[in-house]
Amino acid sequence: MFAVVMLSGIYGLLSASFFVVMDAVDVAFTEASVGAGISTLLMLTAVAMTGRTEHVTRHKPYLAFAVVFVTGCLLIYGTLDMPYFGSPDAPSHQHVAPRYINDSMQETGMPNMVTSVLASYRGFDTFGEVTVIFTAGIGVLALLSVVRGRESDAEIETLNDSMHEQYLILRIVIKMLIPFILLYAFYVQFHGDFGPGGGFQAGVIFASAIILYVMLFGLGTARRVINQSFIQILSAIGVLIYGCVGLVSILNGGSFLDYSVLSDDALAGQHLGILLIELGVGCTVASVMIIIFFKFAERNEYIQSKNGKST
Amino acid sequence: MLAHLPILQVIVPLLAAPTCLILRKPSLVWLFTLLASASAFVISILLLQQVMAEGTLIYELGGWSAPWGIEYRIDKLNAFLALIISGVSTVVLLAAHTSLEKEIPQDRQTLFYILYLLSLTGMLGIVTTGDAFNVFVFLEISSLSAYALIALGKDRRALWASFQYLIMGTIGATFILIGIGLMYQMTGTLNMADLASRLPEVPQSRTLFTAYAFFIVGVCLKLALFPLHLWLPNAYAYAPSIVTAFFAATSTKVAIYLLIRFTFSVFGVEFSFSVLPLETLFLALGLLGIFVASTTAIYQNNVKHVFAYSSVAQIGYMIVGFSMATSAGLTATLLHLFNHALMKSALFLALGAVVYRIGSAELNDFRGLGRQMPLTMTAIVIGGLSLIGIPLTVGFVSKWVLVVAAIENGWWPVAALILLGSLLAVVYVWRIVETAYFKTPEPGRKPVKEAPITFLAPVWILVSANIYFGIDTRLSVEVAQAAAESLFGVSP
Repeated sequence: MFAVVMLSGIYGLLSASFFVVMDAVDVAFTEASVGAGISTLLMLTAVAMTGRTEHVTRHKPYLAFAVVFVTGCLLIYGTLDMPYFGSPDAPSHQHVAPRYINDSMQETGMPNMVTSVLASYRGFDTFGEVTVIFTAGIGVLALLSVVRGRESDAEIETLNDSMHEQYLILRIVIKMLIPFILLYAFYVQFHGDFGPGGGFQAGVIFASAIILYVMLFGLGTARRVINQSFIQILSAIGVLIYGCVGLVSILNGGSFLDYSVLSDDALAGQHLGILLIELGVGCTVASVMIIIFFKFAERNEYIQSKNGKST
Repeated sequence: MLAHLPILQVIVPLLAAPTCLILRKPSLVWLFTLLASASAFVISILLLQQVMAEGTLIYELGGWSAPWGIEYRIDKLNAFLALIISGVSTVVLLAAHTSLEKEIPQDRQTLFYILYLLSLTGMLGIVTTGDAFNVFVFLEISSLSAYALIALGKDRRALWASFQYLIMGTIGATFILIGIGLMYQMTGTLNMADLASRLPEVPQSRTLFTAYAFFIVGVCLKLALFPLHLWLPNAYAYAPSIVTAFFAATSTKVAIYLLIRFTFSVFGVEFSFSVLPLETLFLALGLLGIFVASTTAIYQNNVKHVFAYSSVAQIGYMIVGFSMATSAGLTATLLHLFNHALMKSALFLALGAVVYRIGSAELNDFRGLGRQMPLTMTAIVIGGLSLIGIPLTVGFVSKWVLVVAAIENGWWPVAALILLGSLLAVVYVWRIVETAYFKTPEPGRKPVKEAPITFLAPVWILVSANIYFGIDTRLSVEVAQAAAESLFGVSP
């Protein structure tokens, strides 16, 4: 399982470089931080919880293989009539895209057109995505919460402390790195309108800094630094910020998420709107990632301490 | 504010969800959830009125016009669906507070309501949007919250059921995404109306065929069409009772909506039914579904399982109506969609009341309940009669319309088979009636009281709706007919 997780991380990194080669820097950035970074991390935590080997199954998965085979064949069959790769006549380059490419600068004032599509033209999809992430966080919270007793807490902490004393060099290096990672996250957050980046990536980067901290200093210490219920409320606030921007634009006489009415000048309104919703996205993504990691790690600890008691 | 109704339909429950996390206190959150769901219901009533009077409503999100931005496009079909979803959700929520007391620990109740609201949001979002990718986004919201809600069931097996659903559901969602992606590649647009006008211009190509095939298979996984239904029975049986009552009435219906929307509005009847042997395929699967699932239902020992298999069978009826590709057939499908939502939410909610009192839904534990919980059991009996299709209940109306549509289409054997399928329903409903009324309870068991009023009220609201819409069919038939005709008339 360990190898599988590592390979999928490498796959994520490789496809991120593919995207760079194809000039889709924003996508590459997301893939690198989400696909190669945080999802690998979460999967590793899951593996640590469940064990590294698969149970041997008795039945042979012929049926599953057949289904996968047929699906694969169908996909290849479907590619036969596709427009050629990168062909300028392809419908996807002809219909909607030209307006995004030619006019988005005048219409939204954003030099980065990926951000303008993501946050303005199709802003409601992004709102949906943020809600998906929020849902995931709530789901994990609902299913993995462990009720912790006071004494077991202390016990776990001592266990952790002894464990984390060892990695001295790592700890010092990480301690030096964390401020820079956080700073970089903020740069990505607020620079999304001009260069690649935005709330999603910034949130993930921010969360990974916190997760690094947790991994090296133990849950107990991290719990003293980060207030759990605050993080939970922050995840809700992110969604609410996004939604309220939409509501305010309704109240200002536009339609939902129409940023142009947020300010007297349409472009300034767009700018303000995008800044605010990116902030909302960043809040939710970062806090949900932290919640998920915390819950996984707590569960892990809980299982370990139970095993410790029984042996 | 009236102009903003289409978007408010979705964002009221959406924004209520994170607010619940801030409110925290379970009973407060319950009231708030109820309020949000009720306002969604009111909005859907207003929308339906508006659509029936003025025709299709268009709402441009972010102020960007259609193929560039995302638009909401409310016609008769989705207004009808939104009404069903928000209505059932509201009535079911009335009983939620009582039911959760025994099924979900106190500290998770708030999270339960948040997930419930998110799932409601997801379904409403899928139904109201006019953008293919937006469908996928909201599909993710509704399915993620559904997995978590099902896994919250008290029984440990709920986790396994939820995991099964997660795997099947994710495969379905991925297939749908592949389908949408390929459609985008061939047309350069994601807007449904735009897709509908551009797809016919695209030459008949293998890519288009693949797009359609992936989309349909994905949707069929979600709607639990017969051979792809394996996730459904366990998910329904082990989820918390409230969740089952809500999902049984709504979640598969949303997938059926997607099937109808993409087959009729986006790809168009000509493409859908001429290129692929869809008619025979769906007819065969629908009929097989009716018989296999009904027969399986007869042999189940858990009443929740009985009704879950019966749901798979009822989906079969809807698919049979769909496969006719006529306006009458589609009317029957839509009507059954509405009626089945009423029956199943009443039945599962009544079962929830039984579970609340006796703590299980095993058929054996039902012995003697006819005397001990008379009102609840009467509700189950009426729901069951409706499921069979006895006159004066909604079940009769939709079966009648379906049979008439089949005969109009010249499908005599199909009409006969539909009636035969109802006989199977008689068998499994009778088993429950027999156990509850004619068998004496185990001697050692303590007699149980009737369910509390907080349960009885919503159950009987739904049961009376079953009878009311069985007699006064104006609303349901009229809207279903108008929606079906609009799909066959001009594409939206």
